Amino acid sequence: MTAFILRQGLIVDGATPQVGDVLVVDGLVAAVGTRIDAPNGAHEIDATGCWVGPGFVDLHTHLREPGREEAETIESGALAGALGGYSALVAMPNTEPALDNVALVSYVLDRGARTPIDIAVAGAITQGRRGEMLAPIAEMAALGVRLFTDDGVGVQDPSLMRRALTYAKPLGVRLAQHCEDELLAGAGSMNEGAVSSRLGLVGRPALAEELMVLRDIELVRLTGGAVHFLHLSTQRSVAMAIAARGEGLPVTFEVAPHHFTLDETSCATFDSMFKVHPPLRTLRDVAALRAALVSGDVDAVATDHAPHAPQLKDLPFDEAPAGMLGLEHAASLTYEALGAESSDPTTFFQLLSRGPARIAQLRHGDHRVRHSAQGGALNPGDDANLVVFDPRQRWTVRREDLASRSTNTPYDARAMTGKVRATLARGRLVVDQGELA
Amino acid sequence: MIDSIRGDNLLSLNDLSREAIVEVLDTAESFVEVNQRSIKKVPALKGRVVASLFFEESTRTRLSFETAAKRLSADVLSLAVASSSVKKGESLRDTIATIDALGIDAVVMRHQSSGAALQVSRYVPHVRVINAGDGLHQHPTQGLLDAFTIRQALAERRGTTGLETGAALFANLHILIVGDIRHSRVARSDIAAYVALGAQVRVAAPGTLLPEDIENWPVSVADDFDEALEWADVVGLLRLQRERGSGSFVPSLGEFTQTHGLTFERARRLRPEVLIMHPGPMNRGVEIDSRVADLPAAVIERQVTNGVPIRMAVLYLTVAGSKEGSPK
Repeated sequence: MTAFILRQGLIVDGATPQVGDVLVVDGLVAAVGTRIDAPNGAHEIDATGCWVGPGFVDLHTHLREPGREEAETIESGALAGALGGYSALVAMPNTEPALDNVALVSYVLDRGARTPIDIAVAGAITQGRRGEMLAPIAEMAALGVRLFTDDGVGVQDPSLMRRALTYAKPLGVRLAQHCEDELLAGAGSMNEGAVSSRLGLVGRPALAEELMVLRDIELVRLTGGAVHFLHLSTQRSVAMAIAARGEGLPVTFEVAPHHFTLDETSCATFDSMFKVHPPLRTLRDVAALRAALVSGDVDAVATDHAPHAPQLKDLPFDEAPAGMLGLEHAASLTYEALGAESSDPTTFFQLLSRGPARIAQLRHGDHRVRHSAQGGALNPGDDANLVVFDPRQRWTVRREDLASRSTNTPYDARAMTGKVRATLARGRLVVDQGELA
Repeated sequence: MIDSIRGDNLLSLNDLSREAIVEVLDTAESFVEVNQRSIKKVPALKGRVVASLFFEESTRTRLSFETAAKRLSADVLSLAVASSSVKKGESLRDTIATIDALGIDAVVMRHQSSGAALQVSRYVPHVRVINAGDGLHQHPTQGLLDAFTIRQALAERRGTTGLETGAALFANLHILIVGDIRHSRVARSDIAAYVALGAQVRVAAPGTLLPEDIENWPVSVADDFDEALEWADVVGLLRLQRERGSGSFVPSLGEFTQTHGLTFERARRLRPEVLIMHPGPMNRGVEIDSRVADLPAAVIERQVTNGVPIRMAVLYLTVAGSKEGSPK
C-alpha cells in the first residue's frame, strides 16, 4: 500500500472550500475530512495555507513530438506540466508530421502513457492540417480523441468547416478552432494598431480573429456541431462567444495567460519572445479578458505552451516563429489575474481544472489509453489527480530553471505570486516541495 | 529623448531631440568641405573598423556609407548578405557574432526585417550599430540627409550657411510627403526629423498607402493633392515600394500617377521656390515625371551628394564620440 495525506489545506472541491485533510491510498482518493488519521507509513504533505483541488488540465499544449524534439518532447512537456500543477495535457496536432491519423495519435498516446501525467491528443481536422480534406476523425475518435483542431491556423474554408462540424456532431467530438482569417492576418507579425505602425511591422488585425469567431458561431447554429474557441484574445471575440453560449449554442472558449497579462506594447523592443498568434492585443483587450476571468464567464484558461528552439527565436521579429512557453507559470498568472489575495479559489480551479476537463472529456477507461478521471470533485474512489497550490509563495521566473527543453518565456525575471507546491497525478506524487519528486 | 548620438547607436530618429539632430547636421557641414578637397580624407577614424552588413540589396546607401567611412580613414569590411537569414539557415545572432569576431568598432546594417538593427545592438553591446534601413521601420541617415539638404538649400537662398541657422529655417516650413507612406521607412524617419526640427508636415496618398493609424501621427492628411501642392514649401516624393507589394494597394501604376504622381503639369503649377525631393531610386514616370526629376527645383542629386557628409557625421559621432562629452 502507498498512501499520501495532504494535511490541512483549503480543500476546493466544488462545494464551499473547507480546511481539511485528503487521504490518497493506492492511487485513489480514500477519504476527505476535517482531520483524518493517517495509516502507518503514509507520506505526509503539509498543505497548511495552501489550496488543494483537482489537478489542472491544459487544453492547449504543443509538445512538438514527433518532429521537433529539440524544442520539446512528450516527456519534457509532461514534466513541465506537472511542475505547473497539471495532471493532464491535451497535445496539439501541429507536429511534423501532423497528428492526422490513428498511427500518429497512437504514437503520442503510447509515449504519453509513459509519462507521469495523462497525455490526451487533439487530432487534426484536415489531412496534414492543410485545410483541404477531412482527416479520419471517426477513427481517431474511436481511440478516445475528443478534440479536433488544425491549430496553428484555423480552418479557413467555410464550407469545409461546415462539413467538419456536420461530420463531428454525431461522433460527440468537438472542433477546436484557432480563429484568424489568414487572408486578413497572414502577413502580419503583431497586433495591428498604433504600435505596429510605428514599428513598421505588418499587423494582424483584431478583425481577423473576430470575423472567424462570428463565422463559426453561425456555422454552429447551422449545423449543431460543437466548437471550442482556442485562445480568444480580443474584447469583441470574448463578448461574441459569451453571447453565443448564452443562447444555448454548443460553444466554449479558452483564454491564454499571455493574452490577459501582456499587451502589444511589449513588442516595441522587437523581442521575438513576445511574438504569438493571435498576437498580444491592446490594454483594453487585456482588461476585458481579466474582467471575464473574474466574473466566471471564461470556460478555461489554456496555456498555448509553444516551445521553440533558441536559434529560431534569434531570428528577426517578422521571421521568428510565433509562440511562447506557458505551462510553468499559468497558475501563478491566473491567480494574479483573479486578484491575488482576493481571488476566489473556486473560480481558480474552475478555470484551470474543472472547466477544461469538461471540454477535454477525458473519460475513465478510454479505449487504448487509460485516462484517469480529471477535474472532478474529490470523492473517495476517484483517481487521485490533485494539486497543492500555495497562494502566498513568491518566486521569480528564471528561464534557465524551467523544465521545458526550450527557454522562450516572455516572463524571464518576472516576479510571480502563488506557486504549485505538489502535484499528484494518477495517484503518484510527481511534484513535491515545488520540485519533481 | 536622446539629446546626442555621441558614443551611442543610431537605430531610429523617433527618440532624437532637436539638439541631437542639429548636432548631426552641424557636424556634417564641417565634412562637406572635406569632400570638396582634392584629397578627400581626414584621419578621424584611423584604425577603426566599420563593417557594412547589407542583408538587403542596396547600391547607393552602401556606397555612400563606405565612402563616408573611408573618408574618415576607417577600415571597411564589406559584406553583402543579400539573402534572408532563414534561407541561409543562420540566425542573425550567429551572423553578427561572426563579424564581431573579426574585431569591429561599428556595424552599418540594412535588413529587410523591421527591428533587425535593434536586435543586433542587443547581441553586440560593445559595437556601435548604425541602422541603414530596417524593413518598414526606419532609415535614420536618410531622414538626416533630407533635413540637411532642405536646410542647406534654404540657407543658400538667404545667403547664409546651414551652420548659422540651426533649426530656425524649419519653423513653420510646410513639408508635403507624397506616396507610399505605409510601407516607407524613409517616411517614418523623415517625419520624425522634420517634426523634431519644427516643420509642419502633411501627407498625401491614396487611402490604402496611408498607415492604419495615421491619426496618431504628428502630421495632417491632405484632402486634396493639388491643394496640398499649393500649400507646400517642400515636396518629398517616395518610391512606390512595388517590391514590398504596394503595387496591389493601388489599382494600377497609371492610376497612382494620375492621382498622386508629380506630373509635369502639376510641377509647373508649383511656386518656383518649392523644393522637390526623392530618396531614390526613382520610378520615373510613376511617382515623378522624368522631366520633373531634372528640373532645377529638384534637389535629388544633392540628396545623394549630402549622404556622404551626413554618414561621415554619424560615424564620427557614434564611433569616436563618447556619451560623456565631446569626441575623443
